[in-house]
Amino acid sequence: MNAPNASGWKPEMVADEGDVLPATVSGDKGLQLEEPLIFELNRAGQTGVDIDAPTRGPVAGLAKFLRKAPAALPGLTEPEVVRHYTRLSRQNYAIDLGPFPLGSCTMKHNPRLNEKVARMPGFADVHPLQPKHTVAGAFEAIAELSDWLIGLTGMAAVALSPKAGAHGELCGLLCIRAAIEAKGETRHIVLVPESAHGTNPATAAFAGFRVESIPATQDGRVDMDALIARLSPDVAGVMITNPNTCGLFERDLKKISDAVHAVGGYVYCDGANFNAIVGKVRPGDLGVDAMHINLHKTFSTPHGGGGPGSGPVVLSEALAPFAPLPFVQREADGSVHLVEEEEIASTGHAQSFGRMAAFHGQMGMFTRALTYILSHGNDGLRQVSEDAVLNANYILRALEDVLEAPFAKAGPCMHEALFSDANLADGFSTLDIAKGLIDEGFHPMTVYFPLVVHGAMLIEPTETESRAGLDRFIASMRSLAERARAGDEHLKTAPHYTPRRRLDETLAARKPVLVWKGA
Amino acid sequence: MRYLPLTPADRTAMLAAVGAGTIDDLFADVPADALLSGPVEGLAPHASEMAVERHMARLAAKNLSAGAAPFFLGAGAYKHHIPASVDHLIQRGEFLTAYTPYQPEIAQGTLQVLFEFQTQVARLFGTEVANASMYDGSTACWEAIAMAGRVTRRKKAVLSGGLHPHYVGTAQTMAKFTGDVIEARAPVLSASADDAEIIAAIDDATSAVVVQYPDILGRIPDLAAIAEAAHAKGALLVAVVTEPVALGLVEAPGHLGADIVVGEGQSLGVGLNFGGPYLGLFGAREKFLRQMPGRLCGETVDAEGKRGFVLTLSTREQHIRREKATSNICTNAGLCALAFSIHMSLLGGEGLSQLAALNHDRARATAERLAQIPGVTVLNDVFVNEFTVVLPADARAAVRALADKGVLGGVALGRLYPQDKALHAGLLVTATECTTDDDIETLAATLADVLKKGA
Repeated sequence: MNAPNASGWKPEMVADEGDVLPATVSGDKGLQLEEPLIFELNRAGQTGVDIDAPTRGPVAGLAKFLRKAPAALPGLTEPEVVRHYTRLSRQNYAIDLGPFPLGSCTMKHNPRLNEKVARMPGFADVHPLQPKHTVAGAFEAIAELSDWLIGLTGMAAVALSPKAGAHGELCGLLCIRAAIEAKGETRHIVLVPESAHGTNPATAAFAGFRVESIPATQDGRVDMDALIARLSPDVAGVMITNPNTCGLFERDLKKISDAVHAVGGYVYCDGANFNAIVGKVRPGDLGVDAMHINLHKTFSTPHGGGGPGSGPVVLSEALAPFAPLPFVQREADGSVHLVEEEEIASTGHAQSFGRMAAFHGQMGMFTRALTYILSHGNDGLRQVSEDAVLNANYILRALEDVLEAPFAKAGPCMHEALFSDANLADGFSTLDIAKGLIDEGFHPMTVYFPLVVHGAMLIEPTETESRAGLDRFIASMRSLAERARAGDEHLKTAPHYTPRRRLDETLAARKPVLVWKGA
Repeated sequence: MRYLPLTPADRTAMLAAVGAGTIDDLFADVPADALLSGPVEGLAPHASEMAVERHMARLAAKNLSAGAAPFFLGAGAYKHHIPASVDHLIQRGEFLTAYTPYQPEIAQGTLQVLFEFQTQVARLFGTEVANASMYDGSTACWEAIAMAGRVTRRKKAVLSGGLHPHYVGTAQTMAKFTGDVIEARAPVLSASADDAEIIAAIDDATSAVVVQYPDILGRIPDLAAIAEAAHAKGALLVAVVTEPVALGLVEAPGHLGADIVVGEGQSLGVGLNFGGPYLGLFGAREKFLRQMPGRLCGETVDAEGKRGFVLTLSTREQHIRREKATSNICTNAGLCALAFSIHMSLLGGEGLSQLAALNHDRARATAERLAQIPGVTVLNDVFVNEFTVVLPADARAAVRALADKGVLGGVALGRLYPQDKALHAGLLVTATECTTDDDIETLAATLADVLKKGA
């Protein structure tokens, strides 16, 4: 098989880094393709859609409202459009290309069956205001998803209309506020641990509460004594993430819940990290009153480059009466019914806090999540959390000798492993590791979050990475950690092999250019 | 289990590598009484792709899909033809399975799309800037009201009776908790929008006037007159567009003096999806930039001086500002924004105007035909692709009877305004480029039949 190499060329004989290759005329480099803005490709008068000419002109009364000129937007033929977006797509990293170990983001494989199901005309081509008897299957699908979300969390009810995790947080806090008002009370304070995701304090503020921050203990958990010391009749509730953003299970959550309930407050659990415990632990058993579930995390609806998400909120008996409109209700005879504004009085839901958005929620995400749940089943979901936790611990133990793992000595982590920048050489930062990881062909971990750890690196592999894949990632991470400890300056200018090098974010913020200003 | 790559041997070896005897050793921090011992009640074990697909297909088949019937529904969600290339492109894994572009060097695809999207939305709306999307039109509308409050430091928003009732409801819910005052009114079954009443309601305490354009009954308010009145009192005009295709025909709200323009982008590229996911559009004057909610993508350069794009002005956002952020929004509607942007790129400005003209033609044809039915009156003679007809009795009964005959005939106003009996004879009818002459004839004949039988 090994033919003699007549030229004498050897792999190590590639050009030195200092050698400059001639630039290409096109600006492209092989499969590394540059792509102009769609506006720069514009050819006036072109379109990629053939539209029949109308036979009727505008009605007379419309004359004074008519546009003076068409919107100044480019039109291109289909081949040009397909090529533009395909070329752009190649400048993205994605879970389909490799691991995406963003802590607390749960970037797992997106099964394509879910995409196929969501596109069935009976789900995708149905109007939200069709007569209800023409959409019985849609309500049934929603009710099935509701049943499993309630069953998996051990709660009493679920509000499905929130559009994403942060919208779900808002839903939960509005339920809490409505419940407090229904008791004739006024409470102002929501306690939020300092390790919380930024949406928690923002949401509490938008729900009209004052946020008070609770410190963490040395072992990365909520300081229960500090929390209990802050409890008072003015505390509406606490917002706790479990497992928390340090990747640790909040062992004392039940005790915290009992203490909060004892002063008449409620417990909101941020369900962003539910993937660690799905099928193993039910938040309802820990005294939680409300928890949002990011369907785009635990139940694998695709992130799509930043949404759409979906944030159903499971509720305890105490908060269920205040759930927002509309919702799907299963009747005693097994039939399924949509409760809207019209039915709230007759169905005993007069305490609902109202509507959070138009229509009934993210149906396209519900069908994907239901497909995911049915595919995994009760055994598969349990295996999901077990494998997610095993994979994270495997990474934790494989890297703790080269990177500082502040909470690793106390015990195992859950679904994500947390490291700090303590072991890096002077002048080297978490950012350099992250950018070096890009050159290695991986998406970086979550960086500088949670805020309670200096230079945090939060790695969540999820259950859909193979052992061999984890080993490749670990090898790259070990190499980067060693390079950073050795002071390898190349890291500080990484990434080197990407369509763009480090981007000037200061310039973008100082002189914002948010739209193309050309003609 | 087809989605889980670890083998039993992997698990055993990995447990040994991390020093655990069993998997439950890794769950040691979970109190023993909280660890589930058995499976979730009622949930079956894992199932094959074929079995799950069969189950879901059975549920889907119980629904009457829009494409399988003469279809005339609108009211904030529209059936338009989506070019095949749109769905193909958004399913490329590099778009579908990417995260929010926090690492710009490996997310230039998504970022450039967002920059192009922002430009398209701003040009469609006639605003100076636009953001990278919100959840949907209703939540974008509330965010605009909240933003107008921050800009004007006032707390009272005046809502037109022509604003979609779900949008009104969303704003009322949120205002209960933020202390804003929402002055809403129900629509009246009249041929023209409530411009005069709105203008009369603006006072020195008004933060924003919120006007849907075209409105919920399909009428077209005079935005320029309302903008002038609002500005005279120091208030902002928030224009709400639930049907962006209409802007191919009627003037962009930003060109008529609207300060903030929000909308529902579902019409272009997204599909009906039984109400979600949809796409919130948000444009505004550049001077209000730092009060805008949501993500913004901006142009910059990289270390080699090449043009590139990043998420920017994040000091407004929750992950930096926490409780002082302009909004708590995080994940928005990225993939829907991509679909919108691709559809818009295929159409172009002229294509959008042609599409709107065809929609208008179809709506005119529908209105002309329905007007011939005894007992049916077309309420508004000025509309784009959506108009209101008045029936002799509650339109909900007629809609139900039509559906029983396989015709999805419109949205009864009683569904949207259950408490307001004065509106119950109203039926909102929408036609788009998908509406054929046969559809129109079937609707007219079936409606005539249904009304004759007294529904």
